[in-house]
Amino acid sequence: MTATNNRSIQIRGLTKEYKKGVPVLNGIDLDIPGDGITAIIGPSGTGKSTLIRCINRLIDPTSGQILFQGQDLAQLSGVPLREARRRIGMIFQEYNLVERLTVMENVLTGRLGYVSAFKAWLRKFPQEDIDEAFALLDAVGLGNFVNQRADGLSGGQRQRVGIARAIMQRPEILLADEPTSSLDPKTSVEIMEIMADMAGCRNIPVIVNIHNVALAKRFCQRMIGMTGGRVVFNGSPAELTDDHLKEIYGGEDWLE
Amino acid sequence: MSDRDSAHALNVARVAFIPKWPLRIGFILLAVYVVWAMGQLDVTWARFVDGLSAGQKFLGRMFPPNFSAEKVEMITKGLLESIQIAVIATVIGIGLSLPIGLLAARNLMPPWVVWPARALIAVCRSFHEVVIAIIFVKAVGFGAVAGIGALVVGSIGFISKLFAEAIEEISPKQVEAVRASGAGFFAVLIYGVIPQVFSRFLGFASYQFDSNLRHSTMIGIVGAGGIGGSLFSAFQRFDYDFVCAILLSVIALIVTAEVVSNYVRALFNDNLALLDYLRNRRVAKLSREKSAALGAS
Repeated sequence: MTATNNRSIQIRGLTKEYKKGVPVLNGIDLDIPGDGITAIIGPSGTGKSTLIRCINRLIDPTSGQILFQGQDLAQLSGVPLREARRRIGMIFQEYNLVERLTVMENVLTGRLGYVSAFKAWLRKFPQEDIDEAFALLDAVGLGNFVNQRADGLSGGQRQRVGIARAIMQRPEILLADEPTSSLDPKTSVEIMEIMADMAGCRNIPVIVNIHNVALAKRFCQRMIGMTGGRVVFNGSPAELTDDHLKEIYGGEDWLE
Repeated sequence: MSDRDSAHALNVARVAFIPKWPLRIGFILLAVYVVWAMGQLDVTWARFVDGLSAGQKFLGRMFPPNFSAEKVEMITKGLLESIQIAVIATVIGIGLSLPIGLLAARNLMPPWVVWPARALIAVCRSFHEVVIAIIFVKAVGFGAVAGIGALVVGSIGFISKLFAEAIEEISPKQVEAVRASGAGFFAVLIYGVIPQVFSRFLGFASYQFDSNLRHSTMIGIVGAGGIGGSLFSAFQRFDYDFVCAILLSVIALIVTAEVVSNYVRALFNDNLALLDYLRNRRVAKLSREKSAALGAS
């Protein structure tokens, strides 16, 4: 769909140094298309999470630009930053649900950018939001868990709530930071399927950090390989060869 | 020879339990200090035995406790005033502790907010409630207002500090997720922070209520209202059977309050678990009745 192209992201010269002189991200230049699923692969500690967290500014970049819908996300602060975050959904490796809130309350957390804090406190969300939350929970197969507390759910169930919460924002882009790394192989595939379906039928582009290359190839239309804080591969899954994987992860003994 | 040397070196390096000499010396010094201090203060067995006879006389005059109608009326009035002081002071004190504790949490607030809040808490914690009560009695005069003021200050010192520490221990991941949705500061607080600390906070609050109740029976001694006033004047009149009646009433009050606050804590702490418990009990009762009916038939 060409109409979704305004959901693309252009990253220019993005650098992040946690310690001065030791860049984790080293001048990243990257165009992420406004549709489909883009996987970011690379060894642990290479800055994949940092890159994703720079986009919704859970981490502040040291320098560079992140252009999204005519705004430089790297420069935002205060109310404009919050309004930009409302349009960016995020799914976390460890689900990051609020443990002591119910499933419904966790899903409606996705609307907190739109509802006043006082109304949210009284749980007075607009009826259409509540209807949508019910529909989303049915869609991810948790229709019977609405009033259960999040700390009583299994990992797979938690991540389904995490997806519903992110989609609840009606986001224009979805970030997923290793959404399946804490899950078993079967549940991982189920979670990827739900995420791909949910995003696909709403035309939401997805950027996903992922360790499992096979899973990435199966679900993603585009793959970005990172190593040492730089992008070393950017292309379709079919174009990703063993030579590329050697360059990304180093060594070759682990390749079959 | 070199073999034996290395084996010897190995043996030295392979001691299973290394004696902790600084710790041992510390304990020895503590024991020496206690013995020396007892000598200084004339704490001897003879002195204790000497005191016992006075204690016997005192205990003898305490019993039977004086629960005559007139005394009961005084006790009731005093206890009711103590309870009122404790409830009012706890509500106001906790109400003020919430924002102060929040301001003192280092993970949510910048240092220039945290340090003044921490300084305020430290000042509130510096003195015992009775000392604060003396200051309030001098400042606002005798009576319950002074007692309430003293216990409010004490509550702030205790609850704010615990509350700030509870907030500093929350999981940042849950907060991060709420922030990522575009929620503002107060929404993050209500959805990301409060749910994580709420049950601990209820625990602090009910503990503080217990503690305020105990203090409220004491601050009357310095004229800050409540049962303590009657207790002190009874002591001064050598009215020991009345003293005994008051002490027994205070014990009854504190124990009752502890039972009630345990119940309240259980109710709030895990309301879902409580509902489960009630439901299980109903199910158990139903199945009991069913099996009883089966047995009868």
